[in-house]
Amino acid sequence: MAAVIGQTGDWDLAEECAQDAFERALERWPRDGVPDRPGAWLTTTARHRALDVLRRRTNEARKLREAARLEPVADRVTEPAEAVLAGQEPDAVPDDRLRLIFTCCHPALPEAAQVALTLRSLTGLTTAEIARAFLVPESTMAQRLTRAKGKIRHAGIPFRVPPRAMLPERTRAVLAVLYLLFNAGYAVGADGLDQRRVTAEAIRLARLLAGLLPDDPEPAGLLALMLLHDARSAARTDARGDLVPLEEQDRARWDRQRIEEGLAVLDAALAAHRPGPYQVQAAIAACHASAPGPEATDWRQIALLYAELARFTAGPVVELNRAVAVAMAEGPAVGLPLVEALSGAPALRGYHLLPATRADLLRRLGRHEEAAAAYGEALRLAPTAAERRFLERRREEAERAADRAP
Amino acid sequence: MKYLLLICHDGQGYDATPEQLDATPWAEEMDGRGIRLMGNRTRESSDATTVRVRDGALLLTDGPFAETKEQMAGFDVIECADLDEAVEVASKHPVAKYGMVEVRPFWTD
Repeated sequence: MAAVIGQTGDWDLAEECAQDAFERALERWPRDGVPDRPGAWLTTTARHRALDVLRRRTNEARKLREAARLEPVADRVTEPAEAVLAGQEPDAVPDDRLRLIFTCCHPALPEAAQVALTLRSLTGLTTAEIARAFLVPESTMAQRLTRAKGKIRHAGIPFRVPPRAMLPERTRAVLAVLYLLFNAGYAVGADGLDQRRVTAEAIRLARLLAGLLPDDPEPAGLLALMLLHDARSAARTDARGDLVPLEEQDRARWDRQRIEEGLAVLDAALAAHRPGPYQVQAAIAACHASAPGPEATDWRQIALLYAELARFTAGPVVELNRAVAVAMAEGPAVGLPLVEALSGAPALRGYHLLPATRADLLRRLGRHEEAAAAYGEALRLAPTAAERRFLERRREEAERAADRAP
Repeated sequence: MKYLLLICHDGQGYDATPEQLDATPWAEEMDGRGIRLMGNRTRESSDATTVRVRDGALLLTDGPFAETKEQMAGFDVIECADLDEAVEVASKHPVAKYGMVEVRPFWTD
């Protein structure tokens, strides 16, 4: 798809031709055998189809003018594709996919559209599947995609990798979209098949981006962060689908291979000595992933890393996490005042993890009655059923402990 | 591509001097780059007249068509390679620091 957009600048045509190429493959490959380079075969077929369609649209003079204007781009793009045909390059034309990612994640598009367009254009997911993953009707998702493609065309959003001066900022925008994708499938309770696929695609795209932008260590940082989180996915819910907190997870169920890969990717990124928010978050995840148990976790290091993270993305949520790490390193009595100091922060109003964290520290301090009240407050704010069940259980435990106390 | 820049303020007074809001150096730079085709400041909304024709009758109202706090203070027509360039040009307009600039692509070139 990326190749046809690069060639014609027409997103709908690209979608149509990519679909058509897959249909032809289904028809021909069983008969003639799979070609040596299936990816290149599909790209070439889609391109030829696009050219046919454009030629046939002679009555639509505007389209032809567009194609003519984009000719220099088409020339540049064709080069690597021809190298592919000659057998000198791997199956992909990475340049086009990179342009496509940056175009889909252009900050002039609304965030929800960036997410949807990235999935629709860079993965095999259908509009219906994306709609299910984000729990919106298919017609809503289709409209969102149509509007976004319309804006790209009408507002002149360029199909290109941004020039050097814009690149760091725009790369952040792409990373934010990929992380949103990952989290859409990773949130507790969002564990349907469609969400799983979204998470897998987010990892695939982060891997692609890290490979395409080797000079920036942040894409690799994000990839490491995703891998380290994903490694824990089997252990973070119980048989009922309820949340199992990190300290209670069965670490034998963590995916060691994923962790090893995440740690290796992170080490390579950190070697560039240009830390950024994703590398720091991955480093925090790495502290957890490498610890044999909750007590053996280097909480002091984690507290330091959260302080480092606050340099990049200051905010009460980061501060809350730092308070948790301090409480683990130096005891709940030290952490509690840090958490309570955040109670007035407007950004945390209605955020269930603030009272939930306070409740947890109060529980550890044996102040069960206050803990039960704070769990109750968190319960009223928790967004998912799985989290509510977890908090309800904790509240009952705290109430029983309060009753037992003299 | 051609874009209309709507130079807008939000109806509040700004903590800025007339010199800080003066778009003349910006206009000169963009004229020099061959980007700005035309543009001007517009008089306040109290000087606007809105025209409607209904059933053949001419209806005039005093003031702007939309009763919003935000008001247009000027406009420019620019010719750019793409939206990224248009955004760069808009972001350099002095009013962008205090009010806002809306970037509208033309229907046809």
